[in-house]
Amino acid sequence: MAVFDKKSKEALVDPLMKSNPITLQVLGICSALAVTVQLNTAVVMTLAVVSVLTVSNTVISLLRTMIPGKVRIIVQLSIIASLVILTDQILQAYMYDVSKQLSVFVALIITNCIVMGRAEAYAMQNTPGKSFLDGLGNGLGYGGILISVAFFRELLGSGSIYGIQIVPDSLYAAGYQNMGLMVLSPGAFIILGLIVWVHRIASGVEEE
Amino acid sequence: MEHYISILTKAIFIENILLAYFLGMCSFLAISKKVDTSIGLGFAVIFVLTITAPSNWAIHNFLLRDGALSWLNPDYGLNGSNTINLSFLNSIIFIAVIAAMVQLVEMTLDRFAPTLYISLGIFLPLIAVNCAILGGSMFLVEREYTFIESTVYGFGSGIGFFLAITSMAAIRHRIRYSNVPMQLRGVGITMLLTGLVSMAFMAFSGIDL
Repeated sequence: MAVFDKKSKEALVDPLMKSNPITLQVLGICSALAVTVQLNTAVVMTLAVVSVLTVSNTVISLLRTMIPGKVRIIVQLSIIASLVILTDQILQAYMYDVSKQLSVFVALIITNCIVMGRAEAYAMQNTPGKSFLDGLGNGLGYGGILISVAFFRELLGSGSIYGIQIVPDSLYAAGYQNMGLMVLSPGAFIILGLIVWVHRIASGVEEE
Repeated sequence: MEHYISILTKAIFIENILLAYFLGMCSFLAISKKVDTSIGLGFAVIFVLTITAPSNWAIHNFLLRDGALSWLNPDYGLNGSNTINLSFLNSIIFIAVIAAMVQLVEMTLDRFAPTLYISLGIFLPLIAVNCAILGGSMFLVEREYTFIESTVYGFGSGIGFFLAITSMAAIRHRIRYSNVPMQLRGVGITMLLTGLVSMAFMAFSGIDL
């Protein structure tokens, strides 16, 4: 027996490449960039987004027949906000240093368009099982981009990966310098722009 | 006075909410295709940020902050026997206040300034879930601004967003006939251009008033 039928598999796998939330759906860029100076914060942020998105999708899908159409946005928003507060509290309790570095950006997952977008576009019409997979897929697709941006920014900007120095001292002695631009905000825009470009070439998507 | 001017310039140029903190990117990317709609959204953001920043300041400082409820009963204060700290509710209350404020602004404008209402109309509801608005409120809590400081900060952030989105719309208007590689069109080239604009704004970072 196959574990997933075709539609569930699509819900999980498509957002990873074919309909990636950041590069193709263009959702949730707000909080995607600010936390990508270091790989460490990007990974924690990814975990936070994946858990919020998966749980919110499942919960909203379970309640989808009970939510009245007119007030659905408010209901969705309050479910998402409660989950984000929960995540924020857990981070503060167990990973205080990282939570201080992420500062307001964990709370800003509430207004991250991707969470609302998936709730509205998918969870309101589909069964909890499929919505769970869709949330997981989109969260991971989002995290993939976040982590790759952080990878390049940390490698080029600080010469390290996950806090471990990668660029050898001999190279610095030979005159190599870290790219200061990558640590600043323009670096994030440029890296993301290039990633979107490469991804769209690879998947053959064109605008208009 | 100088202190407030310094907060204002900082919010507009040096720590631009969009170009330095990446807040409000979603609507920025979607709306900056046209100049006149971006001006509309920019004004709406200035308007709503200037109103929500002080109101969220008041809610945080009189209701939610650690020991803020001391005006109800000294026991709830910082040195009281039963200190109440509701600050974990910050984000959910802020978003509710923002949504309510947007609704209120919409109704007031509809009643008293119909022309402005028509021109801002479609953008106001969009703003309720704009990260820039919630981000502004979260930042003023984190930086412990006073009432006037947070009003100035809200206004400055709004102006910053307005500048960023209108200049990007103008640039996108100009590149419409340029020969951009097919796959780079749309989001890709906009991100690269935003990077360049952001780099230009970095030049202000040496200014200290």
